[in-house]
Amino acid sequence: MNFTLSDRARSITFGLIILGAVATVAGIMGDHTDHHQRTWANLLVNGFFFFGIGLGALFFFALQNATETAWSVMVKRVFEGLFSYLKWGWIPLVIVFAAASLHMNHLYHWMDHTLYHEYMVGEGESAQYVDEAVQGAVANPNYDSLIAGKKAFLNQPFFWIRTIAYLATFVFFAGWFRKQSLQMDKETGESLNKRMILNYKRSALFLVFFAVFSSILAWDWIMSIDTHWFSTLYGWYTFAGMWVSAMISAVILVLYLKRKGYLPQVNNSHIHDMGKWVFAISFLWTYLYFSQFMLIWYSNIPEEVTYFQQRIDHHPGLMWGTFFINFLVPMVMLMSRDAKRSPRFLILVGSIIFIGHWLDVNMMVMPGSLGHDFHGIGLLEIGMFTTFLGIFLYTVLNALTKAPLTVVNHPYLDESVHHQI
Amino acid sequence: MANKVIYAVYEDPELLKDGARKLVSNGIKVKDTWSPFPIHGIDPIIGVKRTRLAIAAFMFGITGTCLAGFGIWYFNIFDWPMNIGGKPSQAFYKNLPAFVPVMFEFTVLCAAHGMSITYLIRNKTLPGMPARNPDPRSTDDKFIIEVRTADNHGHSAEAITGLLRETPVFEINERQY
Repeated sequence: MNFTLSDRARSITFGLIILGAVATVAGIMGDHTDHHQRTWANLLVNGFFFFGIGLGALFFFALQNATETAWSVMVKRVFEGLFSYLKWGWIPLVIVFAAASLHMNHLYHWMDHTLYHEYMVGEGESAQYVDEAVQGAVANPNYDSLIAGKKAFLNQPFFWIRTIAYLATFVFFAGWFRKQSLQMDKETGESLNKRMILNYKRSALFLVFFAVFSSILAWDWIMSIDTHWFSTLYGWYTFAGMWVSAMISAVILVLYLKRKGYLPQVNNSHIHDMGKWVFAISFLWTYLYFSQFMLIWYSNIPEEVTYFQQRIDHHPGLMWGTFFINFLVPMVMLMSRDAKRSPRFLILVGSIIFIGHWLDVNMMVMPGSLGHDFHGIGLLEIGMFTTFLGIFLYTVLNALTKAPLTVVNHPYLDESVHHQI
Repeated sequence: MANKVIYAVYEDPELLKDGARKLVSNGIKVKDTWSPFPIHGIDPIIGVKRTRLAIAAFMFGITGTCLAGFGIWYFNIFDWPMNIGGKPSQAFYKNLPAFVPVMFEFTVLCAAHGMSITYLIRNKTLPGMPARNPDPRSTDDKFIIEVRTADNHGHSAEAITGLLRETPVFEINERQY
């Protein structure tokens, strides 16, 4: 059965986009930060959050292929819909990075080339920066030995090579998996089995790329905002946030489709399993968040605590709020079996922690990029989020209309239909 | 008339499920089933209630958290104040991050042990307890349904065995008890 986008859903998504756009424009008018830094930071937050949902869905999809999981075959197309956002989702990110490279914003402090040289010749705009004390050179007041020490990794050409590599890989695999999935609907017998094995191998390959890229892209795109600070757990923490956001989106989308009468074969057990994933990954996220925090808090080394000190001193509500929302709400409300099978509970908890993880991305990006100019969530933040949400929903729902919502010939389909736990 | 217990032996869990369905649809109460491994989906057929082990596990876990919290407070804050991570704040809530791993581990320890021991006691399978298995083959490759005439006053033993013979049963044993 094909999904058709109802007029109501269409007008709601467009309404979200227009409402959000109005609020965003009003917000930008009121953004008096240097270089409209707040606007750029918001673009990064939302660009990254929604891209992360697509990426988390792509990861989960590949994981299901690589582990040859049967139960999730029933909801495979929903994940395909979610990761279809990757096709467009890279654009806001690239706009932010390109603007940063062209010094239209100062999100990435390390992109300032003057930081890397110990000496300078001349003054002002015409100054020449040099690494050695040549004739007439004076000490460069901008020189930052910590950032200069990271030059081998944090330099613009390498940053762009990496960014293009991640985006190209993700967009390529998203397209490839989708094409294979559609092809599987038309095949039976031996050729279908061959395609299954091919998918299995390619998914495993993708997971290898993803394991490395998901970690490094978090360093590049988010952690390098706080250039002086570093944390080895950061990549996993960011990845857990993406994954749980993707699972929440998937379960809410499945419940929406089921309520509209699509996906009639999705039963309580499928919903229960997806609820378990939301519950489990919330704990993974909490575990990583807390492990990162606890080690830094305990050792109390100046170069490490800066990140948390800034957040605890100036934004304690955001810092502890995101932690407790994203930890306690799913723990308390999704612990029992009945709650994980109840659409009402799942949608309630899902919506709360969806916002919670968006706040978490704000918590990662905003204090580092805005410093004292960050005064919490305002009109601009909410407006930009609403716009992105509208675009995201429209892209995903539109992708869902393109193919039958239930796969047709998948070898595990029968097992998935009879899934019972 | 002496009470009888009837054991219907099957060679496959799916066949056993068919047999159990047939009995239950004829109003016969199945006492229990015996199998070498858990049979998926048998519980609702023979009317076994959902386990409350999860609730017990939760209680054990909460007990563990509270015990660990109290212990740490007593050892490290009250009885012998500790300087934790260079932060001599001597308050439980200020040093909480350092205590969380211990409290978490103790929660898991209590929940896991409490749950296992409860399970073994409830099933009467603690080490050393006598086996209640009616037929040793049910630990190998046979799947057995147990029906007692005492539970089914409306049906004679002959009627029950007659029904069972209509299912793909491997053999039927009757015993007095």
